[in-house]
Amino acid sequence: MSAILVVRDLEKTFGSLVAARDITISVPAEQTVGVIGANGAGKTTFINMITGHLKPSKGSIWFEDREITGKPSREITRLGISRSFQVAQIFPSLTVFENICMAAAIARRAGGVWGNIASPVHSGAATAEAEATIELFQIGRYRDTAANTLPQGVRKLLDIGMAVVGWPRLLLLDEPTSGISIEEKFDLMNVVMSALKARKITVLFVEHDMEIVARFAERVLAFYDGTIIADGTPTETLDDPRVQELISGVRLKPTAARPGHA
Amino acid sequence: MGGRGQLAGGLMFLFAAAAAPLLPDWVVSLVTIAFANALVVLGLVVLWRAGLVSFGQALYYCIGAYAVSLTARWTGFTDAFALVLIGGVAAGLMAVLIGFLLARYREIFFAMLSLALSMILYGVLVKSESLGSTDGFSVATPTFLGYAPHRDALGLALYWLTLGVDAIGAVLVGVYFRSVAGALAAPIRDNEIRVEFLGVSVTSIIHIKVVVAGILGGLGGALAALAIGHVDPNMAYWTTSGGFVFVTILAGAGSVAAAFVGSLVFEAVRSFAFDVMPQLWQMTLGSVLLLTILFLPDGLGSLVARLKRRREAKS
Ligand SMILES: Nc1ncnc2c1ncn2[C@@H]1O[C@H](COP(=O)(O)OP(=O)(O)OP(=O)(O)O)[C@@H](O)[C@H]1O
Ligand SMILES: [Mg+2]
Repeated sequence: MSAILVVRDLEKTFGSLVAARDITISVPAEQTVGVIGANGAGKTTFINMITGHLKPSKGSIWFEDREITGKPSREITRLGISRSFQVAQIFPSLTVFENICMAAAIARRAGGVWGNIASPVHSGAATAEAEATIELFQIGRYRDTAANTLPQGVRKLLDIGMAVVGWPRLLLLDEPTSGISIEEKFDLMNVVMSALKARKITVLFVEHDMEIVARFAERVLAFYDGTIIADGTPTETLDDPRVQELISGVRLKPTAARPGHA
Repeated sequence: MGGRGQLAGGLMFLFAAAAAPLLPDWVVSLVTIAFANALVVLGLVVLWRAGLVSFGQALYYCIGAYAVSLTARWTGFTDAFALVLIGGVAAGLMAVLIGFLLARYREIFFAMLSLALSMILYGVLVKSESLGSTDGFSVATPTFLGYAPHRDALGLALYWLTLGVDAIGAVLVGVYFRSVAGALAAPIRDNEIRVEFLGVSVTSIIHIKVVVAGILGGLGGALAALAIGHVDPNMAYWTTSGGFVFVTILAGAGSVAAAFVGSLVFEAVRSFAFDVMPQLWQMTLGSVLLLTILFLPDGLGSLVARLKRRREAKS
């Protein structure tokens, strides 16, 4: 089995606060992993360490058999790991197309300082890549809309699209459905997951809605107090008594019409 | 700026070049100075698009000017093309060095640090007898690939040289604006975190901008030194930098052409105001800037965009 991501004994402390500890996992290529846990359990911290936004206090991270522990985020991006954000991180003053085309041009540019100067933003390849990604995420009707006026769901899709346009092999989605109404969540996840499947991207997504987790994840990690307390298939993890006790929203079994959780 | 805009800009330059012999001397020299300064303004536009304001751009202007004067003085070398190039390179090298420091700062810190650096140069020049102290130097009369014009012919030659350097500068900056490094301006202003996560070092992109602006500042200073025929430490003084920022606000950052139009309008208003009411010319300039900020917050350049929109709306 070829693991695309291996994490060993990861730990992160902020002063006396332990935000992550004893995290050891291995993710095979093309798996879709859901990450659950209460507010403050350390899910974002975990993603921040893998993507280089935070330096781990201890432990190591390996991507495609290469150690990436503590590397800066821009280097990790170039190796093939992308992410989206709990709060969509886009360029508000640019249109949807310009946002994605910028991301595409950056991903395709030649290396070094000269690569930045010599690579045009609207090269044929970057433009084609941007159009294809807009199509893939079904946001074509917003193509020329300024990003600061987009509805929340489209902002989220744009954020993820900007991460995907560079053809990453591993994608970390931090709460892709946060701020989205219950009715829209499933549609959004359907669009996102089929796009990622089409590109054979390994996915880790953080999610509070257990129905979504049960529906889209092949494997679920449960975080509590900075560490992983359960790791298995969705049924295994969601049925785990410790998970049911410690993570709200799990005990309510997935049913079709359930009101939102806290 | 699209293909049409470039064509219009190119035709305008050709027209300005062809009309020169028909223009009175004072117009020729006014336009020469305005278009030399326009390069410095274009550099400020490069920075401004990324949300950065330099209150010390006179540093590069002064280095470009002194490079011209000192090279001619020390070596006896007077070819205008080479001297202008030397001015640009000297300022560019300084910008490479300064960029390592400056690229880590933003907003008021970026502005004040650049101001401080330019005032250091001012202080050094004032204190150095060997660099001419407060009096500065005169600049040797330039030659043009062996051709050595005088008086009116010299004025015309410098005018054409300035137009030529500006045209090349405008085209190259246009290419730069369409590159990843150049287009990463609004995105940096908007969201640096996202830029880093796309795999780009924001610091190095800003460093490039500092260098591009520095080279443009140096070229502008070199051309101004040739046109004025004299350099002195005031070229690095903060009021000189302030003047360039003034023109940048007047012009707006919308297009390359705006820097040239803005600079021309500024020189024209200044010289008329100075003629008509010598005591009140600063007040006139201040009023012009005030009106621009109130009624054209995106600068004179936005007039063109507005006209275009109106025309599109009609059709
Ligand atoms: N930069 C930081 N400095 C100090 N403490 C931090 C920092 N980042 C996170 N923390 C703390 O670490 C803990 C884990 O936070 P984290 O953001 O990873 O939680 P989370 O599981 O993503 O929660 P949520 O569901 O609310 O997004 C929290 O107690 C948080 O306050
Ligand atoms: Mg979080």
